[in-house]
Amino acid sequence: MSEEVEATETPPSSPAKASPPEADATKGASLWTDAWRRLRKNRVAVVSGVFIIFLTLFCIIWPEVSPFRYDDANIALGATSPSWTHPFGTDDLGRDLLARLAFGGRISLAVGIVATFISFAIGVTWGGVAGYFGGRIDAALMRIVDVLYTIPLLVLVILVKAFFANDKTIFYRWFVWSIGLFTDHAKDPKYLPLFQIVFVFAALGGVSWLTMARIVRGQVLSLKSQQFIEAARSIGVGDAGIIFRHLLPNALGPIIVYTTLTIPSVMLTEAFLSFLGLGTEEPLSSWGLLVANGTESLDLYPWLTFFPGLMLALTLLCFNFLGDGLRDALDPRVRKD
Amino acid sequence: MSRFILRRLFSLVPTLFLVLTVVFVMLRLAPGSPFDQERSVPPEQLAAMEERYHLHDPILKQYGNWLLMIGRDHTLGPSMKYPGRSVEEIIGLTLPESMKLGFWGLIVALAMGIPLGIVGAVRQNTWKDSVAMAAAMLGISVPRFVLAPLLVLVLSLKLYWLPVARWESWRHMVLPVFCTALPMAAYIARLTRAGMLEVIRSDFIRTARAKGLSERVVIVRHALRGALLPVVSFLGPGFAGMLVGSLVIERIFDIPGMGRYLVEGVQNRDYNLVAGVVLVYAVLLSVANAAVDVAYRFLDPRVELDT
Repeated sequence: MSEEVEATETPPSSPAKASPPEADATKGASLWTDAWRRLRKNRVAVVSGVFIIFLTLFCIIWPEVSPFRYDDANIALGATSPSWTHPFGTDDLGRDLLARLAFGGRISLAVGIVATFISFAIGVTWGGVAGYFGGRIDAALMRIVDVLYTIPLLVLVILVKAFFANDKTIFYRWFVWSIGLFTDHAKDPKYLPLFQIVFVFAALGGVSWLTMARIVRGQVLSLKSQQFIEAARSIGVGDAGIIFRHLLPNALGPIIVYTTLTIPSVMLTEAFLSFLGLGTEEPLSSWGLLVANGTESLDLYPWLTFFPGLMLALTLLCFNFLGDGLRDALDPRVRKD
Repeated sequence: MSRFILRRLFSLVPTLFLVLTVVFVMLRLAPGSPFDQERSVPPEQLAAMEERYHLHDPILKQYGNWLLMIGRDHTLGPSMKYPGRSVEEIIGLTLPESMKLGFWGLIVALAMGIPLGIVGAVRQNTWKDSVAMAAAMLGISVPRFVLAPLLVLVLSLKLYWLPVARWESWRHMVLPVFCTALPMAAYIARLTRAGMLEVIRSDFIRTARAKGLSERVVIVRHALRGALLPVVSFLGPGFAGMLVGSLVIERIFDIPGMGRYLVEGVQNRDYNLVAGVVLVYAVLLSVANAAVDVAYRFLDPRVELDT
């Protein structure tokens, strides 16, 4: 969607920025208020947003107030189908699925948000600089992206996770040092799964910024030759001003769409790794891990696959709908309808 | 044009070299050796096995020998966990199966995604658009490893329409190919719709309509070409995503593909096998990306290839 912006269309000159300040105050319709109004009218996006908020609160609060801990095994009970005590049933070790889902939700959501933030920060800076300065800088930066694209990065994440997320590496020593600031027993093996998760966060964020860099670069490239940029330059706006006040706000639609789409895709990747047994590990839980465990007894205890799968799919669906709603609200080019 | 293709192919060499180096460094930096998980092995024998694979040589010498082995002898070396089988042999047996899955997945994804996207754009804001886009959204949001077990449960275990697993006749291929293709088809549908919406508002489409072409010709002959640009640039990463997605599908349906050896190789630290499989992935991905670049140029002459 980046390169083929129609030059003939009215340039989406940044409405809020281009108009003089007093007009701004009276009109009160900056890009953002406008977008907010449009977003509220989109019922699907609003419902999705509300669902995500409630889900997040639920995942934060429920493990604290639930009568069952996520790792409380009850072998005598075994796998039971959904009931009043266990609304989502229990797994073959008698652990309450609802508690495990809520706890796993923390991990899944945290992966999505943290890794996306990392990829956003790297990608926007990288692509913005490359597109704006062009020439050799562009060639060098995008060459690096091209090369990284060629490496099957998820495979790399698998390698890194399998080989380095254990207690023998320097990364673990760093981790022990940093949590040593908060606790006296930093070497306690119970923190090892936490370390592995943090590792997955960082690895996923570190590899998922490439497309963002390309999108931002493409946007900046196609915008920077337009007249309103030339106009800004001619009245003496500096590089930083042009990048942050004129180029990025106009490129924001695709950036936001891609960011909101990165959250579910990173969550999906984490679930995928956990499904293969290379991500979150027992006794912790994440939605991917729960699905993986569930599929092993699919015909006997279908609810163990159904509920985590539903939760995962529903959450991803809501993030995707929200991303779409944001695009419709923010992309100046679809405004006309 | 041909100069561009040549240069693009030539540029693969340093990339692949880099991949080899990264993989080598990672494998050798990792703590542990391929043989230390077999607890029953006495230390002398362990040392002998490591000696046999030259794991005690200085690291640079190992690296040099390894590159020589690949570059001069054109072999990826013996597998360390499957004695007597070379890595090429394993890859040669399993890659065709993975490619078969990937190829049909790609075809099905394009065949489902593009028409869905066109319908969404041409009938924008009607119920057809809503249905098409809701379907695409579901396709993106339901992970392959959730979809596949549920389809198996309904279609194979309850209705007995299709086999549960394995990889023999076309009936065995239906579910795996569909599950591989669906997320990609959904992305393609969305990209096609977005690209199409952008293109059908442009002047040359207005011109085409003004000179009285039928709507069908306007869409298929004029608009589609521009609208497919985002799809084309997605095919590179999409192909990579499908390769990776096939890891899950191969596992669920017990398909004798390459993915299983990657996961197993990583868990067993079978250095040569992992390096070989990653190299194959990298070659496939590079070639796909180069092909995408060329196709992009072909479809959109406005793009300059001065990189």
